[in-house]
Amino acid sequence: MSSREDIPADERLPAVETVRGQALDAGIQAGKESDFSISEDRLNDISLRPMFYTTKTYYVLTIILALIVAWGAACWGYQIVMGMGVTDLRHPVFWGLYISAFVFWVGVSHSGTMVSSILRLSKANWRRPILRGAEAMTVFSLLVAGLFPVIHVGRLWRIYYMFPLPNQRELWVNFRSPLAWDMAAIFVYLTSAFIFLFVGLLPDIALARDYCPAKNWRKGYLKFLALGWRGSHRQWIVYEKVSLYLAIFILMIAPSVHTIVSWDFAMSITPNWHTSIFGPYFVVGAIYSGIAGVITLMVTLRWIFNLDEIIRVTHLTNLSKVLLLMSIMWGYFYFTEFITSWYGNNPTETAIWRWQTDRFGPMLFTMLGINIFSIAALAFDSVRKSPGKLFVIGILVNVAMFIERYLIVVPVLTHRDNPFTWTDYIPSFVESSIAVAAMAWFLLLYALFVKILPIVTVSDIREGNALSCDMAFGNRHIRVHGDAEE
Amino acid sequence: MTLKSFNDKHDNDYHWAMVIDLDCCDGCGACTIACQAENNVPTVGEERAYDKRTMSWLRIERYFEGEWPNLRVVFLPMLCQQCDKAPCEPVCPVFATYHNPEGLNVMVYNRCIGTRFCGNNCPFGVRKFNWFKNRWEEPLEQQLNPDISVREKGVMEKCTFCMQRIRRGKDHAKDEGREVRDGEIIPACAQTCPTKAITFGNIRDSKSKVAELAKSKRRHHLLEEHGLETHVIYLKGGE
Repeated sequence: MSSREDIPADERLPAVETVRGQALDAGIQAGKESDFSISEDRLNDISLRPMFYTTKTYYVLTIILALIVAWGAACWGYQIVMGMGVTDLRHPVFWGLYISAFVFWVGVSHSGTMVSSILRLSKANWRRPILRGAEAMTVFSLLVAGLFPVIHVGRLWRIYYMFPLPNQRELWVNFRSPLAWDMAAIFVYLTSAFIFLFVGLLPDIALARDYCPAKNWRKGYLKFLALGWRGSHRQWIVYEKVSLYLAIFILMIAPSVHTIVSWDFAMSITPNWHTSIFGPYFVVGAIYSGIAGVITLMVTLRWIFNLDEIIRVTHLTNLSKVLLLMSIMWGYFYFTEFITSWYGNNPTETAIWRWQTDRFGPMLFTMLGINIFSIAALAFDSVRKSPGKLFVIGILVNVAMFIERYLIVVPVLTHRDNPFTWTDYIPSFVESSIAVAAMAWFLLLYALFVKILPIVTVSDIREGNALSCDMAFGNRHIRVHGDAEE
Repeated sequence: MTLKSFNDKHDNDYHWAMVIDLDCCDGCGACTIACQAENNVPTVGEERAYDKRTMSWLRIERYFEGEWPNLRVVFLPMLCQQCDKAPCEPVCPVFATYHNPEGLNVMVYNRCIGTRFCGNNCPFGVRKFNWFKNRWEEPLEQQLNPDISVREKGVMEKCTFCMQRIRRGKDHAKDEGREVRDGEIIPACAQTCPTKAITFGNIRDSKSKVAELAKSKRRHHLLEEHGLETHVIYLKGGE
C-alpha cells in the first residue's frame, strides 16, 4: 500500500513499525497501561507522517470522492436550472431528504467540538489524541449541513434575503421564524468551531512548519498559518487561556444550536412535530450520532495512517462508553415522545403513528433494531475493546440516525390534517445523488485536511506526557497524571 | 404584524371574509377554472397533476359518505382560509407572507425565497409551490391578467381573495369619496359560481351579506382545533 520509494531520500521521514502499536494494545488489554511512553522524536514522526507521506491509494480514493462530489454538483446545477420539481417533493410534502440530511449533518457536527470542550474542561486525560479529529469533524460536517438549506430553497439566487442586511425599505428578517434563528445559530456555531479548531491547531502548525523540509510546498502556508508561534512561555499562557474560554463558550453554544434546529419542527403546528420534547431529544440524538461518527473516523484514521500508538484502544473504549450512555438516553427520549403522544391520544397524531408503522414499517424497525442492537452490543466489554466491532457499530448507528431523521420529517407531511392531500414521497434520483455527494464532500474535505494540516494533537499529547509519569506500586506500574495548574 | 383576533378593537374598516354554502355547492368546479383564469395560475398538465403538483389556488375536495352502494358524494371547495392567526406567517424567515390590516394573509412573491416552511405549517394544504418554470403556449400568454404577476419558479403562491379586485374596488370607492359598498367587490370564484354558493364581503360591516350569513346556525370553520380563526366560513347542515 505504501509507496515510500517515490519520495527522495533526503525528504524521507523515519519508518515506523506498527508492531509496537499492536504490542501496546495487547499490553493495554492485559491491563498494563504503564507500557506507554513514547519518545519526543517518535511522536513527531508518527503524528506528522499522515501529512507528509501520501500513498497511491489515497490519490485514487480522493479522485473517486471528487468525482462523486462533481456529480452531486452537476445534479445541483440541474436542479437550479430546472426548478425544485426535479426532486420528488410535492404538495404538501415540502420538506424531504434535504432537510433530513441537514438535521443529520448538524447532528454529526455536535459531538466533535462539544465533546472536545467537555473533555478539555473536565481535564479528562484520554481526550488528547481524539481532539483534533473530532473538532475537524465538527467543522466539516457543519459545512456540509449548512449546504443543505441552500440546496433546499426554491430561489437560491435570492437567499441573501435571509441575512439581516440593511436596506432602503427597512425590511428586516422575520425574527419570529425558527429558520432565521437557525441560520444565526449555524453561523455562530460554525465560526466558533472553526476558531476553536484553529486555536488548537496553532502549536501543531508551528511544529509542522519546523518539521517540514525546506523544499516542500507546505512550507509557505504553514509559515503563514503558524502566526509566528515560537512556543514561548507567554504564548503558552495566552494559548491556555484562549482554549479555556473558547471551550466554555462552545459548551454553551452547542446545545443551543441543535435545540434551535429542533425548533424548526417544534415551533410549527404540524402534528408530531409540535412537541416540547424535541429540544433535548434532538440534542441527545445529535450527540449520539456524533459520537458514533467520531468513533468511525478514529478507527479509520488509526487504520489508514497507522496511528495505533496514538489513538489507542483505551480511547476508543472510553468513547464507546459515552456512546452507550448516549444511546440509552436517546432511547429514553424516543420512547418518551412516543408515550406522550400515545397518552395524549390526539387523533391526528395517532393516525400518523399508525401510518408510520404501516407505510414506513421496514425503515422504522430497521432503525429501532439497530439502536437496540447497539445498546446490547456495547454492553459487552469485548465489543468495547475491539476497534473493528466499534467501527461497524459506529456506521450502523449513523445509518439508523439518518433513518430516524427521515422518519421525523417525511411521514407526517405525507399524511397530515387534510386527508385530501395525503400522498407519498420517495426521494428522486437527483435528491439521492446530492445526499450521497454530500457524504463524499465531507470525506473529501476530511481527506484534504489530513494532508494539509496535522491531524494528531501533538502538543496536547506532549503536554499529557509531560504531566504524567510511571510509578511503581508494589509489582504494578501505574501511570500517574499531574495537573497543569499545580 | 400583530395577530389580531377579529373581535378585537380594530383600526381598519374592512375585514374580508368569505362564506361558502356547502348545501348549495354541487361540485361543478367552475370556481376553480375562474380562479385559474383570473390569477394567472398555470396549468401543469396531466403528468404533473398526477405527481400532485397542480397549482390551483382553489380546488374542490371530494369526499364520500357511507359505503357502496349507498354512497353520497360531498364537495368541499378548499382555498386559503385567510386565518387571523395564520401558522404560515410567523415561520417565514423573510416576511414573504404577512398579515395585512384588512385581515388578509398576503403573499409577496418577489420576497419569497422558497424555504417552503409556510407550506409545511399550513394544515389545509392550500399553499402551492412553483416546482418548475411555468409556460403558456403561444396564444395563451395573451390572456394573462395584467393586474397580477406571473410567478417565477421557486416561489410560493396561494389564494389572495382576488387581491387585485379588492384593490380596484377600493380605488373606485376612494375616487367617489365613499366606503366600499357591499357586493361591489366579487372574487372570480364567487362571480362564477352558478349556484351562488360563495359570498364575499366585509365582515366588519354588520349589514353586509357575509355578516348576515355568518350568523347562521349552519356556520362552521375548518380544523377549528388549531385555533386559527379562519375567515372562510362554511355553512352546512340544512336539508
